[in-house]
Amino acid sequence: MTDAPTSTRRPDHAASALRLKKRYAAERRFRLAGAGAVLFSVAVLAFLLISMSWNGIGGFKRAELSTQIDFSAGALTISPDQLSGEDAMRALEGAGLKEIVQFAAAQGIDPAAAAEIDNDAWREVGRRLIANPGLLNQKVTVSLPVSDDLAAALRGDGDPKLRVVAAKLAAEGKLARHWDWGFLSRADATHAQSVGIWGALKGSMLTMAVTLGLAFPVGVLAAVYLEEYAPRNRWTDVIEVSINNLAAVPSIIFGLLGLAVFLGLFPNWRSAPLIGGMTLALMTMPVIVISGRNAIKAVPPSIRDAALGIGASRVQVVFHHVLPLALPGILTGTIIGMARALGETAPLLMIGMRAFVASAPDSLTAPSSVLPVQIFLWSDEIDRGFVERTSAAIIVLLLFLLAMNGLAIYLRNRFEKRW
Amino acid sequence: MSPAIPFLLALGLALFGWLGGRARANLFKRNAAPSASRAPVLHSLPAYHAWFVALAALVPSALFALVWSAASPSLLIARVLADPAAKALPAFGIKRDSILSEAYALATGNATTAFDPLSRALVPAYRSALEFYGAIGLAATLVLGFAGGMLAWLRLRPDFKARTQVERIVMGALLLASLVAILTTLGIVASLMFETFRFFEIVSPLKFLFGTHWSPDPMATIGSATGDNYGALPLFWGTIYIGAVIAMIVAIPLGLMSAIYLTQYATPTMRRWMKPLLEILAGVPTVVYGYFAALTVAPAIRDFGHAVGIASASSESALAAGVVMGIMIIPFVSSMADDSIAAVPQAMRDGSLAMGATKYETIRRVLVPAALPGIVAGIMLAVSRAIGETMIVVMAAGATARMTANPFESMTTVTFQIVAMLTGEGSFDHPATLSAFALGMVLFLVTLTLNFIALRVVKRFREAYD
Repeated sequence: MTDAPTSTRRPDHAASALRLKKRYAAERRFRLAGAGAVLFSVAVLAFLLISMSWNGIGGFKRAELSTQIDFSAGALTISPDQLSGEDAMRALEGAGLKEIVQFAAAQGIDPAAAAEIDNDAWREVGRRLIANPGLLNQKVTVSLPVSDDLAAALRGDGDPKLRVVAAKLAAEGKLARHWDWGFLSRADATHAQSVGIWGALKGSMLTMAVTLGLAFPVGVLAAVYLEEYAPRNRWTDVIEVSINNLAAVPSIIFGLLGLAVFLGLFPNWRSAPLIGGMTLALMTMPVIVISGRNAIKAVPPSIRDAALGIGASRVQVVFHHVLPLALPGILTGTIIGMARALGETAPLLMIGMRAFVASAPDSLTAPSSVLPVQIFLWSDEIDRGFVERTSAAIIVLLLFLLAMNGLAIYLRNRFEKRW
Repeated sequence: MSPAIPFLLALGLALFGWLGGRARANLFKRNAAPSASRAPVLHSLPAYHAWFVALAALVPSALFALVWSAASPSLLIARVLADPAAKALPAFGIKRDSILSEAYALATGNATTAFDPLSRALVPAYRSALEFYGAIGLAATLVLGFAGGMLAWLRLRPDFKARTQVERIVMGALLLASLVAILTTLGIVASLMFETFRFFEIVSPLKFLFGTHWSPDPMATIGSATGDNYGALPLFWGTIYIGAVIAMIVAIPLGLMSAIYLTQYATPTMRRWMKPLLEILAGVPTVVYGYFAALTVAPAIRDFGHAVGIASASSESALAAGVVMGIMIIPFVSSMADDSIAAVPQAMRDGSLAMGATKYETIRRVLVPAALPGIVAGIMLAVSRAIGETMIVVMAAGATARMTANPFESMTTVTFQIVAMLTGEGSFDHPATLSAFALGMVLFLVTLTLNFIALRVVKRFREAYD
């Protein structure tokens, strides 16, 4: 047994306890700071989502005047067979539907209010008539979208004179904000009251289809090559470095590439989903390659050895055994890459997808808008009505992103195998 | 005619070839004399014969269709210009292009009304040229596909090594696919360099890189530019101030503390819930952040600035853009820090704790210093992402180029100016348009350098603890 040193200073219990207390206090402070950082981030996220939803709910509604039109009175002289065919709307315009609607509104509601009916409101009545010609000899209750000014007045700002009118009509129950399902089926327009999201949504879908069609096969094949066949040499290193760097290049640079190369080659397809999809495909491909390589790497070598052992060729091993097993992982990465591409704005601005497009695109080469660019364009509008519409469009975009990410998480949980 | 038709034709021929190839292979099998040996009649399975013929038909015809769709627009325009109706066109410039594209839209049926009577006159010429080149394209696609498929089909024999051939084609396709990444990089570098050199022919690189006055006029005549308006230093300052200073002041502490809390203190349940929530923050599109910054954050910051007596606080401020950008970057910093901290060996942590250090002391004195290279690399990647970020600054930072350290004033950035210069109606010869490419080149080089260094540091750091 060793002798305990006799001359040690006796520990100062009081000081030590004090020091310990301080150290524990620092520990607690640090812990609180950490929790605060996490909570702050989550709170910002919650605030962002709640404020968007709060504004956005109003964007799915619009102010409408409801009135009755008696078509059986015979003011509209048009035969039911004129209502079929492509010229039906023009025939209705010729027969004076617009004036009839105005007149009915002036009679039934208020002349001041009738002046504030949206210019294209009669088209919605016309669409109902075309869908159901039987209405021609009935008394019909219609909802007419009003002008942006009256909508603003109903919200409580704008022209004070109109505000009085709006308050009166609202009290009579003739002017109210209704759910505007047309928002999901119309395209861009000049008035906040008559805009819709479908044009941009369809443009986004077409663009995403092109992106997926190009980036997925190329990305998967490149991942397979790099992971399974590539010899270890300088070329392979160059390929790997360029893929890793492409994944981190700012998206706007891809827009410059698309502008200089794709639009240089196809000047007629400015702002077409085809060009947008090609540009985004270049951006998405590295993401798919990187996630694809990880998924392929996770397939255990024993599977390859077994297949080779019973006589499969190297190509057969990969395409019959490795790829099917790696597919869930590849798909997860692909969906995440596509979600990023869906929210991307800057490169599409570069290739001219900021044009005003008043109808949904009907082909890959027709001018079109996409959802994020539409949000950007609407956010530039001065009219108050566009604030709500912008938030509503953001909600639609976020819902799509949420669905895609949810699908990715589901795929990961459902099919992920631990070997 | 839709541009997709030649491709559909190529696919149809391939399908035809697939069926034909398989039928022929099956025929070999059936007609083979029953022999005593049990050796198979065919070298390859019938499906490989089928794929061989299909690919032989598809590859040449689809390649031709691709080249043709890229080449035919310029051929088309040449033919239209040869038409007598094109004599009346203005010599060149935007007006001529707009008439041509209007005539094209009319001829293809994408438009019904013309603003310019000249374009209506060009429609017959366009229609005949479209028909002419459309017919040539279709015929050549058909001939190439048919010839390729037929040659392959005639080569089929029972002992033909179809599988080897198909696998060779597949390997070629794999190699090509991985070359796309190199091609993209080269394409970016080439297109940026080309336009940048054209810009530097007009404006000297020194004036561009070190000039302090930025006010390009896209409407000025092309010859009048001297380069005094193209001093990009205020843009670089704005970019660094917003992306590398303000955003990082927000993102580094919050990201680092979140990572430390989630890895060291949080219960597994909390970690399982909080990590995806943080990742949502990274998944929100930048245009949404931009809208949030412009609509909510910027007015609040302006009001705050006025309240504390800063009269110059503007409704588009560097602070608003930087703070929102920092919030966007938090999950990025946090996940990089998370990885680096997780890579520190458990033994170092245990050693420190066994000495009686508190958790906080272990983190501060052991974990963070050990993980520092990884954390710094992660911050470099975050900076490179922040300075390349476009939509937030476009929507919230403003357009005035100024070199100031007052975060309440509006400031402009490289990405903002790229968007501003390229979304107007400027022609490709104007220095204002070309300057966007020069700015893009600078941005590309800076982010590339940051990424390159960061990735190397991360790699070496991982190896150090493996």
